[in-house]
Amino acid sequence: MKSLKAEGHSLSDPRIQLDILNQHNERLKTTPKFEEKISEIGLYPLQPNEIEIFQINVGYMCNMTCKHCHVDAGPDRQEIMTKETLKQCLAALDDPRIKTVDLTGGAPEMNPHFRWFVEEVRRKGKKVIVRSNLTILTTNKFGDLPDFFAKHKVEVTCSLPFYSKRRTDQQRGEGTYDKSVSALKILNDLGYGTDPELQLNLVNNPVGAFLPGSQETLEEQFKKELHRSHGIHFNNLFTITNLPISRFLNFLLMSGNLEDYMDKLVQAFNPAAASGVMCRNTISVSWDGYLYDCDFNQMLEIKTHEKAGQHVSEFDLDKLNQRDIKTDQHCYGCTAGAGSSCGGATT
Amino acid sequence: MSKDYYNSDDLKKFPNVTEFQEELGEKFFKYYGAVFEEGALTKREKSLIALAVAHTVQCPYCIDAYSSESLETGASEEQMMEAVHVATAIRGGASLVHGVQMMNKVKDLSM
Repeated sequence: MKSLKAEGHSLSDPRIQLDILNQHNERLKTTPKFEEKISEIGLYPLQPNEIEIFQINVGYMCNMTCKHCHVDAGPDRQEIMTKETLKQCLAALDDPRIKTVDLTGGAPEMNPHFRWFVEEVRRKGKKVIVRSNLTILTTNKFGDLPDFFAKHKVEVTCSLPFYSKRRTDQQRGEGTYDKSVSALKILNDLGYGTDPELQLNLVNNPVGAFLPGSQETLEEQFKKELHRSHGIHFNNLFTITNLPISRFLNFLLMSGNLEDYMDKLVQAFNPAAASGVMCRNTISVSWDGYLYDCDFNQMLEIKTHEKAGQHVSEFDLDKLNQRDIKTDQHCYGCTAGAGSSCGGATT
Repeated sequence: MSKDYYNSDDLKKFPNVTEFQEELGEKFFKYYGAVFEEGALTKREKSLIALAVAHTVQCPYCIDAYSSESLETGASEEQMMEAVHVATAIRGGASLVHGVQMMNKVKDLSM
């Protein structure tokens, strides 16, 4: 499967995506604006609490092309963060208020400077999270990474949409489940999931146009089923709502689910979830060093507020902590139900 | 007037049934909400029961609603289809068990 970008698909243009969400037809035109919704609860303009998580998208290259991918990542994507930009990120990380570095992609492991960068960040005493698709850890080239992760106490947060093969393979491609199970067993053998210093988290994205259920209940089910079937242990399950952008937006349009899905998100708007959205404590850096309020805004090319600085080379945490966060209709995805963030439910 | 007996958009209008009889409607929804709260049974188990019953009473609105609800509460496709088979078995069995009544009658009437 090719990325939307490689296909030359119209949805690879973020302006078209935003246009669809705002005015594709009468139903979407009349969907309440997200800004109005957060105004009603006194949260507009949305502002940070205090940034402490520095999320870096080190490149859109991936060994997989999952159907729901909001990054539109894949083997055909060439965007990758250079060592120079990574050094600019390291300079920004000198600020002690930033506690955590969250590495994402694509498959972040495919960045040629990945190991060097993790070592440098750990040297600064920051916590490192890597968002792994698991399957990459079963390839020859990256097979030694689990040992590297364990050595540097990297927190591994990995995708596994469901505890069954059928639904996992449906979203992420044939053979994904078996490879993921192998990778989880390798991580378990190193102590991940049982050693308190080696945190292993799973991420559940619904396989379709529905919202994730209760994170607590799903975690219980995942733990029971994965242990029963494969003897696998893990620490936490994070439920993440699929945001209506990029490849998932394409699925919604092609399957005729877009309007109902947007209705579902709006109806499930939760003020408590809105006040806990991740953009309030996280900043997102793109492969080319630009700053965004979150990874989703990054994919929609909605940069941080002009006054706060828009590139990591001019990183100023005080300015960023005082900025107005930019929002649009896709933000309903993070405020529905129990809320959604890179760390799972927010309520 | 709608030309179709069933319209999926009507499911969203379900709460509007209180318009013609507010007191009983509200009592129903209060009860309905309480039934589906987590209790001795989990929400997922209740969703699967509701899905099975929806097939027995052949309610397309309920099938839509509880297919979504079952997915959201983490039920697998296998669990959902097994729930439908349970409904089917009971429904079929309910007919078949009356076969005993038929047999009794036949035996009563026969020499």
